[in-house]
Amino acid sequence: MHELAITQSLFKIVLEQAQKARAVKVSRINLKIGRLTGYVPEAVEMNFRLLAAGTMAEGAGLKIEWVPVKVHCRECQKESEQQDLGLGCAHCGSLNVQITGGREMYIESMEVDNG
Amino acid sequence: MAEIKILKNIMDENLTQAAKNRQWFKTRHIVTLNLIASPGAGKTTFLEQTIRGLSPKHKLAVIEGDITGDHDAKRIEALGVPVVQINTEGGCHLDAHMIDSALSSLDLKDLSYLFIENVGNLVCPAEFDLGEDLKVVVLSTPEGHDKPAKYPLIFSEAQAVVINKMDLLPAVDFDLVQAERDIRKLNPNVPVFRLSSKTGEGLDKWLEWLTSKGTGNR
Repeated sequence: MHELAITQSLFKIVLEQAQKARAVKVSRINLKIGRLTGYVPEAVEMNFRLLAAGTMAEGAGLKIEWVPVKVHCRECQKESEQQDLGLGCAHCGSLNVQITGGREMYIESMEVDNG
Repeated sequence: MAEIKILKNIMDENLTQAAKNRQWFKTRHIVTLNLIASPGAGKTTFLEQTIRGLSPKHKLAVIEGDITGDHDAKRIEALGVPVVQINTEGGCHLDAHMIDSALSSLDLKDLSYLFIENVGNLVCPAEFDLGEDLKVVVLSTPEGHDKPAKYPLIFSEAQAVVINKMDLLPAVDFDLVQAERDIRKLNPNVPVFRLSSKTGEGLDKWLEWLTSKGTGNR
């Protein structure tokens, strides 16, 4: 349910940046979302459609690039990418790891028309 | 058509306020806890017991987060501790701005500990930094040992995990070894406290750990 809070923040940033760029229409928003965030694309898209209605972001597509869960092992110092949400090092099995990827929730860029 | 680079964190607004809250607590030497658990895990009873263990030696305050009502706040008030109730009106979590607003209605002079009882939920509160020092996850034995595996993010973020309702262990199918193995898998160095808020068993170790986190005001 907190997708509404996320979408409101997203929408605010999009409008601010679009106004700064003197855009008249936002056609696409490119997001980078980590697998560990629990982000639900359908919920954000639905909220976005409601918030964007009647604004220059109406009809904008949300494109998501998913970021896998990555860890840095403090034992063997190697990096690994996790296939599931288990966080053990894929090389040596150690659990003494630092999460280095998968928590991202970024607006990477957006495509706009300048009129 | 033009592409603009933004590279902005969607959660920026909350993170900025959380950083302000954190600085605010730090300058006043207040240790702030964000208590996170499912509905019915026994957060409020655990909080009541923690309050009994710390006061009157330490000055405490509580922020209660609930969707609606002031049931929990009344229980805390009965212990003589200042409390502010936040109603999220349907919202599934507290955010940093709500904490900022609640602070203005609390007497924080010489405060040692501020407890924030989040909305009962293991999902959304994981995403919203409140500016706390310690995220404490309370898991109770009747909920099942699979909760860490099913809600990995919150367990990987926690600075302490409490396994509550240990008195019910003989009556429920809770595999303590499996639960702790999954918690360690997600968060290798996190302290895990097995206790019963009802009988008081195990609370001493928790209180000892918590007071070791205390700062200047005592």
